[in-house]
Amino acid sequence: MRWWLPDAGSTFAGPIDTLFLAILIITGIALVVVEVGLVTFVIRYRGRPGRKAFYTHGSTRAEVIWTAIPAVTMVALGLISNHYWVLIKDKKSVPPNAYHLGVHAKQFEWQVTYPGPDGKLGTADDFTVRNQLHVIVNQPVAVELTSEDVIHSFFVPEWRLKQDAVPGMHITAWFQATKTGEFELGCAELCGMGHYKMRARVFVHTPDEYKAWVAQQAAGGTE
Amino acid sequence: MTSVAHARPEAHGDAQHAPMSFWRKYIFSTDHKIIGIQFLFVSLFFLLVGGLLAMQIRWQLGFPGTPMPGGGILPETMAVNRVILPEYYVQLVSMHGTFMVFFAIMPLLVGVYANFLIPLKIGAHDMAFPRINMASFWLALLAGLIMTASFFVPNGPIRSGWTNYAPLAARPDLSGVTVGQMLWCVSIVVLGLSSVLGSLNYITTVINHRAPGMTWFRMPLSVWALFITAILGVLALPVLQGAAIMLLFDNVLGTHFFDPVAGGQALLWQHLFWFFGHPEVYILILPAMGMVSDIIANGSRKPIFGYHSMVFAIIGIAFLGWIVWGHHMFMSGMNPTLGSTFMVSTLLIAVPSAIKVFNWLGTMWRGNLRFHVPMLNAIGFVSMFTIGGLSGIFMAATPVDIPLHDTQFIVAHIHYVLFGGSLFALFAAITYWYPKMFGRMMSERIGKVHFWLTFVFYNLTFFPMHIIGMGGQMRRIYDPTIYTFLKPQQPLNVFISYAAFALFAVQFLFAFNFLWSLKFGKKAPMNPWEDNGMEWSLPNPAPHGNWDRTPNVYRGPYEFSAPEAGDKDYLPQYTKLPTDRDPVPAPLPAGGH
Amino acid sequence: MQTSTMTDVMRPPSPAEPGAGVYSNKLGMWVFLASDVMFFTALIGSYIVLRFGMASQWAQPGAVLNVPLTGLNTFLLICSSVSMVKAYAAIADGKKYFLRKVPGKRLQDGGLKFWLLITIICGAGFVSVQLVEYIKLVGEGFTPSGYREGSLLAEHALADPVKYGAGVAGMYGSTFFTMTGFHGFHVTCGVISMLYLYFTKVLPEKYSPQDYRGIEVIGLYWHFVDLVWIILFTIVYLI
Repeated sequence: MRWWLPDAGSTFAGPIDTLFLAILIITGIALVVVEVGLVTFVIRYRGRPGRKAFYTHGSTRAEVIWTAIPAVTMVALGLISNHYWVLIKDKKSVPPNAYHLGVHAKQFEWQVTYPGPDGKLGTADDFTVRNQLHVIVNQPVAVELTSEDVIHSFFVPEWRLKQDAVPGMHITAWFQATKTGEFELGCAELCGMGHYKMRARVFVHTPDEYKAWVAQQAAGGTE
Repeated sequence: MTSVAHARPEAHGDAQHAPMSFWRKYIFSTDHKIIGIQFLFVSLFFLLVGGLLAMQIRWQLGFPGTPMPGGGILPETMAVNRVILPEYYVQLVSMHGTFMVFFAIMPLLVGVYANFLIPLKIGAHDMAFPRINMASFWLALLAGLIMTASFFVPNGPIRSGWTNYAPLAARPDLSGVTVGQMLWCVSIVVLGLSSVLGSLNYITTVINHRAPGMTWFRMPLSVWALFITAILGVLALPVLQGAAIMLLFDNVLGTHFFDPVAGGQALLWQHLFWFFGHPEVYILILPAMGMVSDIIANGSRKPIFGYHSMVFAIIGIAFLGWIVWGHHMFMSGMNPTLGSTFMVSTLLIAVPSAIKVFNWLGTMWRGNLRFHVPMLNAIGFVSMFTIGGLSGIFMAATPVDIPLHDTQFIVAHIHYVLFGGSLFALFAAITYWYPKMFGRMMSERIGKVHFWLTFVFYNLTFFPMHIIGMGGQMRRIYDPTIYTFLKPQQPLNVFISYAAFALFAVQFLFAFNFLWSLKFGKKAPMNPWEDNGMEWSLPNPAPHGNWDRTPNVYRGPYEFSAPEAGDKDYLPQYTKLPTDRDPVPAPLPAGGH
Repeated sequence: MQTSTMTDVMRPPSPAEPGAGVYSNKLGMWVFLASDVMFFTALIGSYIVLRFGMASQWAQPGAVLNVPLTGLNTFLLICSSVSMVKAYAAIADGKKYFLRKVPGKRLQDGGLKFWLLITIICGAGFVSVQLVEYIKLVGEGFTPSGYREGSLLAEHALADPVKYGAGVAGMYGSTFFTMTGFHGFHVTCGVISMLYLYFTKVLPEKYSPQDYRGIEVIGLYWHFVDLVWIILFTIVYLI
């Protein structure tokens, strides 16, 4: 049983988890202030016979304070968040040395197209594997996402990566895995009755392993 | 259209004298109070339906693949050997959302309380257009029946979530739903018409039918909230209607609005849906905030803290609500720059929300608190809405939204706002205005037991969903255990399910209290909560037409513990002190029109 | 009880707090129209996104749709707006009659009964012409899902794909029929309402210079529907 986000598996996890923790602390403080205030007032000002409430319509100073603090916090949070948002999702942020893969989603499977030994997508030696995603560790990978039929969503929790695949659109999502091993790719957008089983295995290889796997696949072998 | 031109604002005129048949009085009534009560019964029924659907969802998530108790009555297309089928599971989540949002919470807040409270609280004899009001109720009921009917048609109800994302919803060959999808669209168009008719009534009534002395800034916050909500409704629902009509045409006429294969755009649906959908979120919370404000001031025996900023916070939330819809679409492939814009506007909406929470706290500060059942539920609202509001910040910050989007974290968030928020407010409101509706009090003891049990089981149900969502459990998946990374947290899913069953069971206490008190509740005095609102100057239950003579309003709604009240700790809006002068009626404008 | 008398129904309800400064029926209609604006905004906005967010060109103006005929129809609708104004002015002046001879003038003077009837006829005429146009278009093969296979238009589109926007005919049909259809539905509702008013209020001479709320409110609606049509005609037929 985990009580936290999944183990970090990509370069995005660092900033995202830090930001998550920061928001948790900020909202935690706000929550404690409100709930403790609520409980204190409930106990302290519980009704007693013969007492009268303090007749006031408010205090401008108090209201200015509790308007300004959230406003400033939110603007700061927005600025910090935006920095990482652009880094992760902006089209221009895809590293030039990224290794491109094609991922075509359809009800209810993931078709992953690999560039083959020549390392280029859209050439004759490309090959497609169903429901298996193989990538190289510590290597930026750009996924060219498309969809056959309805909206699906490419989601690997360890990589902190989620991106919808929308029919009629060509979306590039990039990431850099930092941990080798086997993970899972799920669909995060309801895509029909088989939504729950739209699942692929994800393998993060060392460069040598990957090369060997590609060679084996290109030779027509199956794993 | 024609009825707009005909309904007479003075239709209450002769209505209160002649004895009316049962049918005219309780079924085809034009009395805003009766219409509110009709809405109350119908939407409580749909609340029960939505709850039953939720229980089945929880059964499947807690115990996937095991026969469900009582599942034997389901046909083969939904459950085989009492085991829920994947397609039925998707229908469950879709219809749970649809019923709860459109047929339970929205009519409970707006249909019931806008109808019941607005004329009573502003000192009007009825709505501006009583017959349109009646039409609004019957259309809402019709829409609900159409939606319910979709369970009984071939292939069953929708399978694309309550959000109906296209192209899944637009292509019967991909969703497997035919008639159910059409019924959804038709039902929503009818419901939209009902909402628009209701809302234009509320708006007109508030603007034109306030009693002398009921200035804008003497209106209770509940009326302010319902008024602003009505504006949102009038402007938002037609957009959903337009979208639903296009979706309907895609399904039946062979158009291609949302089908990219023939040149349509899949994201267009999301933009339209959420352009409606986000204001809708505030339709579902603003009235709750307004009514909670009234109740907290009453329970604290103090004027509301910062009345004006509360009003401006309502307006601010409603305004910002129009420019944040894109935050539902951060992962949709929408231009990331747009995402940045929507993130900023979304984070800013936290500010007016924070103002409201702190002002409620400020109201309780140095009060003389009375913990009647409405007050308990209102305090529950404040504490739970705070969690719901704060958890929203996680998703508003776009990078953090990436792992959380479309997971159970979202489910937790929306339930903290809609159940912890709106529904607690409704428990408060139902108990609070019950005496004015039915002339009797609901049982205080059952009410308190119900509140505490609900509060506990509610948190046990929904708080762990945050953790499950952080762990990555996607929304709307039939069987989480097939994923290796979700398997370890299955015990928590089981725990949530048990808590949810208990939460559901506890609601029968409320149902019992509600029904039992209709007949056996303690007879209510005219002003049982010692409140200041105009409605408490009327006998229980209030007669058709409300007041014999248009009442005068002498002060704001929150003059609790005012020095001039003497030894009482409240001073109603209708009480004329020796120092008060009668309000001067508004001068007639010079021109006729 | 409110102290409303016959003379102040065209004014805001009184005594009360100052409201919008108009009587409730009119205010209600304004609010309804605001909501209707949002409805058409959804349809027209989608149209703009679908048409101009797309790489391929739509059919050229006039290639599929009969612009002169619809231009005439537009003129008819504008005329109906003018006659609606005349009907409004007539009852405000107390002219409840159909036609009346005015000394010194060659033409007879029209009253409410005359001008509202003209409006109804123009409105019904508009809907009829639109129906005829629909039938003709569907006959030629223009349907909500595009050019019907084997139809005249499908052949034209094959011969001249640019002029007929062959690639996006589906979207063209979808948006055309939805937008003009819902506008036609609005006009129809207006005509039915006016007919209802005509027989229950206008012919029995229930309107007077002191109370002609029905005419003013339906007039607002009518001008709105007219305005929407001018926008639709421009963006659907002309560009």
